Parts: sequence; structure tokens; C-alpha cells
Amino acid sequence: MGVSPQIQEKQKIIVVGNGMVGHKYIETLIEHPDYANFQIITFSEEPRLAYDRVQLSAYFDGKTEQDLMMTSEDYYDEHGVQYIIKDKVSNIDKTAKTITTESGRVESYDKLILATGSFPFVPPIPGKDQEHCLVYRTIEDLENIKASASQSKVGVVVGGGLLGLECAKALHSLNLESHVVEFAPRLMAVQLDEGGGELLRTKIEDLGVTVHTEKNTTEIVAGEECRYRMNFADGTFVETDMIVFSAGIRPQDELARAFDIEIGPRGGIVIDDNCVTSDEDIYAIGECALWDGKIFGLVAPGYTMAKAAVSHLTGGDVQFKGADMSTKLKLMGVDVASIGDAHARTEGALTYTYINEAEGVYKRLIVSEDTTTLLGAVLVGDTEAYGTLLPMMLEKMELPEAPEVLILPAIDGESGGALGVNALPDSAQICSCHDVSKGDIIEAVQGGCSDVGGLKSCTKAGTGCGGCVTMMGQVLNAELEKMGVEVNNNICEHFEYSRQELFDIIRAKKIKTFDELLEQYGSGHGCMTCKPAVGSMLATYWNEYILSDDHIQLQDTNDIFLANMQKDGTYSVVPRVPAGEIKPKDLIVLGQIGEKYNLYTKITGGVRIDFFGAQLHELPLIWSELVEAGFETGHAYGKSLRTVKSCVGSTWCRFGMLDSVSMAVKLEMRYKGLRAPHKVKMGVSGCTRECAEAQGKDIGVIATDKGWNLYVCGNGGMKPRHADLFASDLDDETLVKYIDRVLMFYTRTADRLQRTSTWMDNMEGGLDYLKSVVIDDKLNIGAELEADMERVVDTYECEWKKTLNSPERLKRFAHFINSDATDDRLAYEADRGQQRARIAAPEVRAAKAKGEEIKAVEV
Amino acid sequence: MSEFTWQTVCKVSDINKNTGVCALHNGEQVAIFKVGNDDQLFALQNFEPFGEANVLSRGIVGDVDGQLVVASPLYKQQYSLESGKCLEDESVILQTYMVRQQDGQVQLKV
Repeated sequence: MGVSPQIQEKQKIIVVGNGMVGHKYIETLIEHPDYANFQIITFSEEPRLAYDRVQLSAYFDGKTEQDLMMTSEDYYDEHGVQYIIKDKVSNIDKTAKTITTESGRVESYDKLILATGSFPFVPPIPGKDQEHCLVYRTIEDLENIKASASQSKVGVVVGGGLLGLECAKALHSLNLESHVVEFAPRLMAVQLDEGGGELLRTKIEDLGVTVHTEKNTTEIVAGEECRYRMNFADGTFVETDMIVFSAGIRPQDELARAFDIEIGPRGGIVIDDNCVTSDEDIYAIGECALWDGKIFGLVAPGYTMAKAAVSHLTGGDVQFKGADMSTKLKLMGVDVASIGDAHARTEGALTYTYINEAEGVYKRLIVSEDTTTLLGAVLVGDTEAYGTLLPMMLEKMELPEAPEVLILPAIDGESGGALGVNALPDSAQICSCHDVSKGDIIEAVQGGCSDVGGLKSCTKAGTGCGGCVTMMGQVLNAELEKMGVEVNNNICEHFEYSRQELFDIIRAKKIKTFDELLEQYGSGHGCMTCKPAVGSMLATYWNEYILSDDHIQLQDTNDIFLANMQKDGTYSVVPRVPAGEIKPKDLIVLGQIGEKYNLYTKITGGVRIDFFGAQLHELPLIWSELVEAGFETGHAYGKSLRTVKSCVGSTWCRFGMLDSVSMAVKLEMRYKGLRAPHKVKMGVSGCTRECAEAQGKDIGVIATDKGWNLYVCGNGGMKPRHADLFASDLDDETLVKYIDRVLMFYTRTADRLQRTSTWMDNMEGGLDYLKSVVIDDKLNIGAELEADMERVVDTYECEWKKTLNSPERLKRFAHFINSDATDDRLAYEADRGQQRARIAAPEVRAAKAKGEEIKAVEV
Repeated sequence: MSEFTWQTVCKVSDINKNTGVCALHNGEQVAIFKVGNDDQLFALQNFEPFGEANVLSRGIVGDVDGQLVVASPLYKQQYSLESGKCLEDESVILQTYMVRQQDGQVQLKV
């Protein structure tokens, strides 16, 4: 194996540590135009590549190791990055510019990047090293916690900071009686003031977690009721079976320290604005680095350091100039945010406080002595103002005359003075996860992005924590307005209402036909946009026969003949095969029908059988044979539930946790016939191996050892989207209840032809909002949504069966109204032993076909 | 120009309001649409030139800026029911046919 000369010329970069920041460095360098000049090797002592440590507690909510991964071997392979896991760099030779690992591997470097991160601080308490005394930082730590929890009833987390509370949430979700022990007088002492900390405590205790503050643990000894007893300095104690230490982090600077790279007096590898250490060929980034005497224990500053280090390496001018440590997060379901000088330590600082005990909201503003600039803020229970307050603090914007309006609630629809996005300068950061400014968003809008979903894919804004999505929407609308684009979501020229508004009208006014709706709320004759949309809404709500005299004119290409029109005007026929489970004798019937009518036959992507080439007059003949044999319509032609794909599940599979086929049949039989804004697909997998690919479906269900995990709003198609984990470990009844509510809420609120994935991407508040509607029933419509679904389920009838029983309807299934002749233009040729349509001019048709409506064509 | 011969195709009631049917007329395929409460009739060629298939009678009927149209069921181009003109591409004009109601019958001009 020869080494080509080009490779020798490349600068060799070694990245020690493949955590979030180490990976960010590699990713940034890969994306740099000069990447070809570099060769990267990265080492990780952990047994896997970089994963999302910020989301660690989601591991206990059903996210898998795979879900948390931030990169993959494939990605590194593709870009020629060498990665060595489970091997720790133990030696640096600064003169020879080489490193040595514990396994004895030696590698030379041109530049060395230390991204070694931090380690959990465990206070020096006697008894801390016993079994079931753990820490919380890596996936291995989580596995240990899980194992220990399975042998425990009570768990204590030492440390009431951000990570400690995350960890308490984890213990709580593992069904332990959970306690938090904190040395300081309040929770999140760094970020919150007394009032905020107190409210957070109340809220967390309401959830069943006991909080002990001002407790200094002196020793851990054997317990009486539990495994251990923790004795506190004030003479009190708490008994517990396991202990997790989460009392802060310390920079992992051991390697640098051992090889004489400058270290700060209290630890941390000293770096300059370029992230260069005391050795000019060695950089340090992330939590191991000490800049201006400070360690930055959040991921965003680490990312900025990674970018600065890459910039310095490649001759750019991006530097690290410190970072704002403001933060907004959800802890155990409680919204918490802290901005700037939360403790009012600035001299002369004045404060404004709003407390609403009834709703559990605490907000405090810290402003300069002359009340003109914002210094900081604390928000608990309602963090909506974070998005406007943060840029005000960072940009030192002038405050309104009465700053308190910024935290007062809206009264009578008047916004509580929160200035609105127009007041923000273009440099204001909107998305802190991906560092997207207001200016970036405006540029994208001017470049043609016209909805939040589009902005997400083109700027990445809103795809991290999602906290900025509301603001993105405001910037978008403000900019569209400025550009003179009328922000108009009317469904078409015939109705001055959005789809959601029309749906509300249909429900509230009990409207049952299109003509009635058009007469009272619209104008003209309707069109190919509003007619099928209204047809779908009427079908969702009233579930009447879609080919009745009142509704037939509304039905689009496929619905109008209950079959999918193909390119030559013939149709395809798809009977329902619930969950893909089919009796051999039914397969024989299908085979006989296919042969009799000479139909091209294929198994679809949704694992059912599709017959092609049926002429209009043949549809009733084919369907009468199918219905006779017990088949029902598969709704392949409808904007409605298609299939529920399933793996074989626990009845046969060695790995199956639950009976996925039975659940899939149950779901398919329940939701068949439900008309929706767009087609809906579902999947049910019997275990986490996910053979049914449920996470690529609108509704995905995966069995666990404790029940079902529900995923929502996934999509294959043009723009694939993984479904979001919605709820974990559900029993059958709750699963169905949640799906009922999600689907009905979707049918009510989505735009026409909007799949659940784009519905979710454009939803203000995103997944959390959907959860609050469905799980917490925030809008108080849960029962109504379920009742609506129940009515659809109860009134189901097979459209083909009904059509076959109606001679009047069958008359339409003829090519000519005045002749028994058939279309003479159809022609077929043989292909792999079957016939296929011959009328084909794909290039011509693609060139001729026009406009966005093409997207709506179902093929 | 003197005398038209009209051929009966079907009954007016055979066509659902705001939908179309296809008639075989002197060997040609003709799409006939019945629109509105006053049962206005229109007739166009059934062959849809973009999709190259005999399907126009199965399209959705509606109006665009007050002009009555039918949308191709294949790729959604819209055609004026009066003139046969394609709204998306004015160079495409479909053949129109004279159609009338007589004693509850739909008739095409021969």
C-alpha cells in the first residue's frame, strides 16, 4: 500500500477527544474549502464516536444510543477522517511532535487539538467510592445508573444545578423515590436568584422529587431502611439506595498538565483568543480550555472555540472572545431561563419583579441604574420573553420607558410590550444553537424562503432546541410584509379563509356540503384547490360517502373513481391488507384476479399488492370479485390512512418485545378511511431493531420492554424526516388515545396537502406544544378530538362495497356515456413477463407539466 | 351555415352537477361538462395534450378569475370551458364542440 505524495503534503491534525466539541472541530474543518490540505485523526477513550451529551437524560425517555449519535463512522470514512476509539492518548512529545496512546500507538502531528472535555466533580466525602455511588456524564454512566436503579427504591442526586436536575429527572423516570441534595441555599444557584430558585423548587417538588438545600454531606454510611445513609453537617440525614454525584465539572487537563502545557491555578488549559495553548502547535477547545480565567461549561461556547481554532489554522480571522452564558431550558417540564447578570451584581442595578403564584410564573428584570439598559433577567414558568430579552441585553439596546412592560403579561390581546422583532438589530442572534442571526433569516426570506419549515432547512435555525421557532415566524412575517408579500393563508380565490378556519366553520356551523359552504362563506364556483380540500374536511368531520350527489364534484383525480389514475388514464387497484398479514387463500384470489384481467402486478412500498392497467369499466368488475372474497378498499387513492407497516413481532421473532402485528392490525382497522389533509402512513415495530421503519412514518410505534413508544410526524418522501419521540412506555389504551388526538388535531389544523412532518416543522411551539395539547390537554379539547375520531371509526363503510350496491353510481364507470366501446388509445407492451403501459414520453411530459400543483399528483 | 344536425348523447340528468362525461361522437372522444345550478353545458376534446391521454372529462370543474375551467386530472393544467384555451400555456388550445340541451337531452352538433 503506497502513500501518494499528496497525502504526505497534507497537514496532519490530531484531535484528542471525540465529544461534541471535538466533533464540531472536525465537522467545521471538513466543511472548510481548504479541507483537502488536511488529514485528521481523532482519538476517543469512550467506545463510540461523538454523541449529544446535552440530551443525555432523553436516554431514559426511550431515546437510544443511536438517536443520540452526532456523527457516524460512515461520515468520517467518507471524508477520510481516521478515528480510533477506546484508546486514550497518554503521552505528548512536543519536540518530536508525536503522541502515544495507552495501547502504544504512536502518531505524529502538525497541529494537536485537545478537546478532552471535563469530568464530574465528586466532593471528597468519606464513603463516596462504594458501589451504587455513581456519576452522570457518559452513556456508560447512564447504563450504570440504570443497572443500579433496577436494584434500588430510593435515589439521591448530589447537586442541584442544571445537570443535577437533569439527572434527578432521569431517576424519577426510572420510578425511584428521588431526592436532590444541594449545598447552596437554592436550586440552580449559578443561574437563578432566590425567587426563581424557590419557584423552581416548588414546581419540582410538585412532581414528586424531594429537594434538600443547604445540606453539606459529611459521610455516607450503611443505612437502616435503605442501602446507605447520608449524614449532613446539620445533624439531619437522608437514606437512599443509590447516589449520583453531579456537583459540577472539572476540566480534563491531566494530559496537558503532565506535559508542561500551561494550566490555570484552579485547572484548565490556558488558551488565547485563537484557542492556542502555551505551545503554538497545540490548541485546546471546549470544557478543558481556560480563557481569560474562565471555563465554559456549555456546548455553545465550545462550538465557538472549535470554529475559532479552525479559523486560525486555515488563516481566517474568527476568534473566541468569551461567551454569554445566558441559558434557556426545560427542566422536568419547567421552563427556566437566565440571562446575563441574573444576580444583580452590577453596581447600582435595579430590578423589576413579576410574580404570579396562581400560574407559577416568576420573572425578574435587572436593569442599569438609569433604567436604560438591560443587564440580566431570570424567568421561571414562562420563558417566552427570553427571545426578545437576550438580544436586548447582548446588543445593549435602549429599553422602553417603562421596562416592566417587558415582563408583564398580555392584557386584552395587547402584547405586554415585548418589543417585537422589528426592534431587534439584524445582528441579533435568533437561534443560539446554530448561531443564526436575524440578518441571516432575513436574507433567507429575501432569497425565497416563505415559511418556517423552509427557513429551518435553509438556515438550520430552529432545528436545535427549537426555542426560537416562534421568533423565526415573527421575523419571517415581518420581512414578508416589508417585501410587500401579502401574508395571506387563504385557501384560494374562492374563500377568504385558511384551511383551519374553514374546518372550524364546518364544525361550528354544522355545514355538510360544499355548495352550502360556498354560498355562505365563499364566492364563484370553487376550483381544483378548494374543492378537494373542502371535500376532505367534510369527509373527516361527517364521514359521508364521497361519491354522493353532493360530494362527487369535489373529488380529485383518484377519489372520484376510487382508484389511482395512471399516466395513460387507466387505474391501479389496491385492496387493503391490514398490517401486511394475508392468508394464503387470499393471495390465491389476488393472483387469479390479476391473471383474469391481465393486470400488471407489483408489491407496493407499503407492502400490499397493486394491480395496474385496469380500465374504468373494469373497476367494478374487479372490485366485485375482491369484495366477494372479503377484501375492502385500501384507500390507496385517498388523502387518508394508507398502510400500517409491521414487522412480524413477538409471535415469531426471537427479538420481538410485543405483538407488533396485532397492534398494527388494530391501528389499521381503526383509522382506515380517515380522510386527512394528506396521506397518512404508520408503522409498528416489535423491538428497537425497527424492521418496520416506524420512525419514517407519520405515526410510528415501537415496542419496548415496558410498553409502546410513540413517534410522530416522520416522513420518507422528498424530504425525509425522522419522527419525533412523543411518549414512552404506553399501554395499548393510552397509545390509541394519543394517536386519536394527534391525528384529529392534525386534520383540524394542518394546511391542505401538508404532511404531518411539515405540519410539525411549521407548528409554533413544535413538539412541546403538540405534547401539551395531546398529553396535558392544554386546550381542553382532548375529549372532543377523541369523540370526533370515534364517530369516524363508527361510521366507517367500505366505499367500494357501497358503490357496487348502487347501480346509479356504477353508470359512471364507463369510458363513454353513449357507447360500450373502450378507449382505443391504450396500448401495452410486455416487460419481464408482464404488460406495461406504452404511452410514455416522460421527458416531454416533465418539460410540459407546469407549476407547483404537480407536487400534488399522486403517482 | 344553414342547418345543423344535432346528435343526442345522453340525458342531462345523466351528468352529475359540476362534473363531466365522455361521449363518442363521430369517432372522436368529446368531454361534456355540466356546470352550475342552471346546468350550463360545455364540450371539449377529451384528449389531454400534456398527459397525452383521453381523460379530460374526469377533471375538476371550477373557475379562475371568473372564467370557467376544467383541470386536467393528470398534471393539473387548466382549460377554459368556453374557449378550450390552456391557462398555463396559451399556445395550447383544445378543440371545442357545440353542445345544447333539448328536451332534457344533451346534444352535440354533428
